[in-house]
Amino acid sequence: MAQEHQAQLFEFLCRMGDNTLVLGHRVSEWCGHAPVLEEDIALANTALDLIGQTQMWLGLAAEVEGKGRSADDLAMLRDVWDFRNVLLVEQPNGDFGQTMLRQFLFDAWHLAMLTALARSSNARIAAIAAKSVKEVHYHVERSGDTVIGLGDGTSESHQRMQKALDLLWPYVGEMFVADAVDDAMASAGIAPDLAALRMEFDALVKPALAEATLTIPEGGFAHKGGKSGFQHSEHLGHLLTQMQWLQRAYPGASW
Amino acid sequence: MSSPNSAYPDTPESQTQTKPKRREWPLWEVFIRGQHGMSHRHVGSLHAPDEEMAIKNARDVYTRRNEGVSIWVVEARHIAASSPSQKGPLYEPSECKVYRHPTFFDIPDEVGAM
Repeated sequence: MAQEHQAQLFEFLCRMGDNTLVLGHRVSEWCGHAPVLEEDIALANTALDLIGQTQMWLGLAAEVEGKGRSADDLAMLRDVWDFRNVLLVEQPNGDFGQTMLRQFLFDAWHLAMLTALARSSNARIAAIAAKSVKEVHYHVERSGDTVIGLGDGTSESHQRMQKALDLLWPYVGEMFVADAVDDAMASAGIAPDLAALRMEFDALVKPALAEATLTIPEGGFAHKGGKSGFQHSEHLGHLLTQMQWLQRAYPGASW
Repeated sequence: MSSPNSAYPDTPESQTQTKPKRREWPLWEVFIRGQHGMSHRHVGSLHAPDEEMAIKNARDVYTRRNEGVSIWVVEARHIAASSPSQKGPLYEPSECKVYRHPTFFDIPDEVGAM
């Protein structure tokens, strides 16, 4: 029983850490390429916040696992099938609007999740969440404002944002589908009930998208398979190739 | 914005007027207060579409190394500035008026460092 709980806790912590790791890497791809200098720096700050959170989540995951692996080992030496991030965060950046919409959808989930985790029965998790939630408050404010600005902007920016929403909305569902790990975390008071989280998400996201004059696609179809590790999209492998090549080519290299 | 920038009077007007304007965000001047009790200091400028985004951009560009506890932004065109060509009449007359400095008093030792 204790062993099973430990395995599920490890799984949950990997999900938290892999989300921030993969999205952090994606956002960092904008470094030096963003449309204006101010956005370039802001995106780099967001990426660094996410990587910092990754160190805490995967650091704790490695401790819980107790097999002598470090956060770096988990980040740089696992392959696609061991990653537990949701599919949303591994999707390519697309244009700037698509990146900001992906960010907003994730930030809204992230904010609700971390707010709840700050009250977790696990003190270590509560501490990481309390530290991270301050950063994420700012992330969601920034991404939300940008989504509204671009959605309710020119006809070109509006059309691009609608296209991005049509593309990304089907990835929202996965963040709220509970499986055995989520149920175990919820019943132990470690993590929140995902159905309740969805209501908070909708209360934040739907008015913002309405203000952005964007239409949420109909239908409840959700791409799945990321957080269970069952089937990632093809994009994750390409991302890892770039992110991990140095540790793969020069194992143990440090500087 | 479209008018020549009053905060940068050294910029030749012909340059700002004859070149076709790119549709850029307005320029904002950023002031940061480093600690409570200190005054805001000018740290630089940036572009942003409106004042809310200007504060956000200032937060990201100028306070990422823990520099500040308060941010002011003001659109650069709202700053009136003295003209560099006026520096003779404006500033030189005070150069020879040493009696305006409070240096002609003997400060009692008990006062200590001032």
